[in-house]
Amino acid sequence: MIEPSLARDSVDNHFLQIQSIVKTYDDVVAVNDVSLDIAKGDIFALLGASGSGKSTLLRMLAGFEIPNSGKIVLDGEDIVPLPPYRRPINMMFQSYALFPHMTVEQNIAYGLKQDRMPKAMISDKVMEMLRLVHMEKYAKRKPDQLSGGQRQRVALARSLAKSPKLLLLDEPMGALDKKLRSRMQLEVVDIIERVGVTCVMVTHDQEEAMTMANRIAIMEEGRIVQAGSPRDIYEAPNSLEAAEFIGSMNLFHGVIAVDAEDHAIIESDEVNAKLYVSYGVTTAIEDKQVVFAVRPEKTKISRQQPQAAHNWCRGKVHDIAYLGGHSVYHIRLDNGKILYSFMVNSDRFADLPTWEEDIYVYWSDDSGLVLRP
Amino acid sequence: MKKVTERLKQHAEHGKRWVIALPMIWLLLFFALPFLIVIKIAFAESALAIPPYTELVTMAGDALDLHLYFGNFSFIAEDSLYLNAYLNSIKMAAISTALCLLIGYPMAYHIARAKPERQSILLLLILLPSWTSFLIRIYAWIGILKSNGVLNNSLLWLGLIDEPLAILNTNLAVYIGIVYAYLPFMVLPLYANLVKHDYSLIEASQDLGARRFTSFWQITFPLSRNGMIAGSMLVFIPVVGEYVIPELLGGSSSIVIGKVLWQEFFNNRDWPLASSLALIMLVLLMIPIHLFRKFQDKEWEDAK
Repeated sequence: MIEPSLARDSVDNHFLQIQSIVKTYDDVVAVNDVSLDIAKGDIFALLGASGSGKSTLLRMLAGFEIPNSGKIVLDGEDIVPLPPYRRPINMMFQSYALFPHMTVEQNIAYGLKQDRMPKAMISDKVMEMLRLVHMEKYAKRKPDQLSGGQRQRVALARSLAKSPKLLLLDEPMGALDKKLRSRMQLEVVDIIERVGVTCVMVTHDQEEAMTMANRIAIMEEGRIVQAGSPRDIYEAPNSLEAAEFIGSMNLFHGVIAVDAEDHAIIESDEVNAKLYVSYGVTTAIEDKQVVFAVRPEKTKISRQQPQAAHNWCRGKVHDIAYLGGHSVYHIRLDNGKILYSFMVNSDRFADLPTWEEDIYVYWSDDSGLVLRP
Repeated sequence: MKKVTERLKQHAEHGKRWVIALPMIWLLLFFALPFLIVIKIAFAESALAIPPYTELVTMAGDALDLHLYFGNFSFIAEDSLYLNAYLNSIKMAAISTALCLLIGYPMAYHIARAKPERQSILLLLILLPSWTSFLIRIYAWIGILKSNGVLNNSLLWLGLIDEPLAILNTNLAVYIGIVYAYLPFMVLPLYANLVKHDYSLIEASQDLGARRFTSFWQITFPLSRNGMIAGSMLVFIPVVGEYVIPELLGGSSSIVIGKVLWQEFFNNRDWPLASSLALIMLVLLMIPIHLFRKFQDKEWEDAK
């Protein structure tokens, strides 16, 4: 995970401003009043399921789609009126869209040729790009003589050759197999950071977004659900949609019983003990119905009944998914609800609870979150 | 049960063989065999007999006598009429192919870019004329092009011309007829090629700073090369031997190999000479076909 840089030039915080963008196709609203500020040097991921509007938003940045209303300001200039070939933006396509009748070299030189750059400069720049992506040896090959990973490097080199102000990545790992994916994720980020280009990427894979991006926006039905650093989004989701989209989450429906300044207590029929959160929840009388959420890796399993007054429940081991590094326990509560708990397998031969054993699940007071249903 | 599936599998194997065998037999009976006969006649001498040529193989006493006559070929080589006819035919085919490409490319491009539901309608419109007999359509062109035909009458009525244009029985009429008749053969392979193009390539080209025309010229056009070659072959090869259109729409001065062939065969009843002419035409046409195949093989090699 890449930590957001703390000291950022405040002027550059608004390098790319997406302002109230709306895009509709006939009666379908694809992008619904989206506003985002993207800082210079950010790697920003638009994360969402297919049909969430993330690709449409990316295509509007590239200029392939025109928004119905709203502005896109890049480095102080509204780019909406500009056609794609006038925008200082380059895109790496999901299918890479390498020109099959041109060599690697010619592919990378294509954009530079359109700018009427002198030939000597073009070949210098192409060499520089080939070195950047470690493809010097393949300059004379055609795209169909390359492997998937090599094609991606060429596509990246081609989209960086013109030194764009903004780089767009459309499902950058979509065409690669799983093993290659994790290696290329880090390699692509490494190259982008070395060049220092601001980058907006689109992906449906949360792991990819969290590995590559330093800021993420979750999109659903054309709207931004939440935007922030990967850690913010994971640890402090602001809505049920955000919480359920990234990672897995145990959810309990309940009613706020105590609402103090520094803590809140929730009563739920689904758990044996009361639920406690270590921060104040401001509630109006009419919306006492809340959802208590706790991530599976923050829960622990024990054979003894916890002594605490809050934050535990009793159940039977329903299923165990042994994944090597950790196991996922599926615990069936008394009322039939299934709870997930991750257990790190730190000992090789530990005496662990097994199928149909009665156990207790508990978690600390600051692990839980209160969300609105 | 197992036996039944075994038997069915065997039948399937047989079925496969039969499916291939039927067209093979067809080709053997109606292409290879007649072609061998043409070769045979090309090496015979013209004779006043039925059929009007000498036998290639005769029994003279106990000896089998093979009589190969090369006189037809030397005769063709000596008389410039035949050389001119070949050159005329090739010129006519080349110009017609170029015209078909020029007119057919925009059509194919437009159809390939149309919405899928409109594509089938547009393709149908391309194919619809061929539901009428080829001969009738060419006769219809006589009605359009003749001096008191539809075209001239309309132009006179509009006042664009003072006297009828002489189009019928000129080379222009031949080209109009050929382009009209062979355009679908250019449009269909081009369409089949263009419709498969990945539109994201054009987007990538625009993204990299190329305008629409540059994108077309640098990406779409070179990538449609195989479609252009296939379409050109489909037009060029049959047009070289075209007989009906020059005969009906062209003047007596337009000497093409198809017409010469007809005259030698039916008017002069010189079957051996006509067969030799046909054989030479075939050999001439094999050159572009061979070049095309070599080119395609190279493409495959490069792709590997």
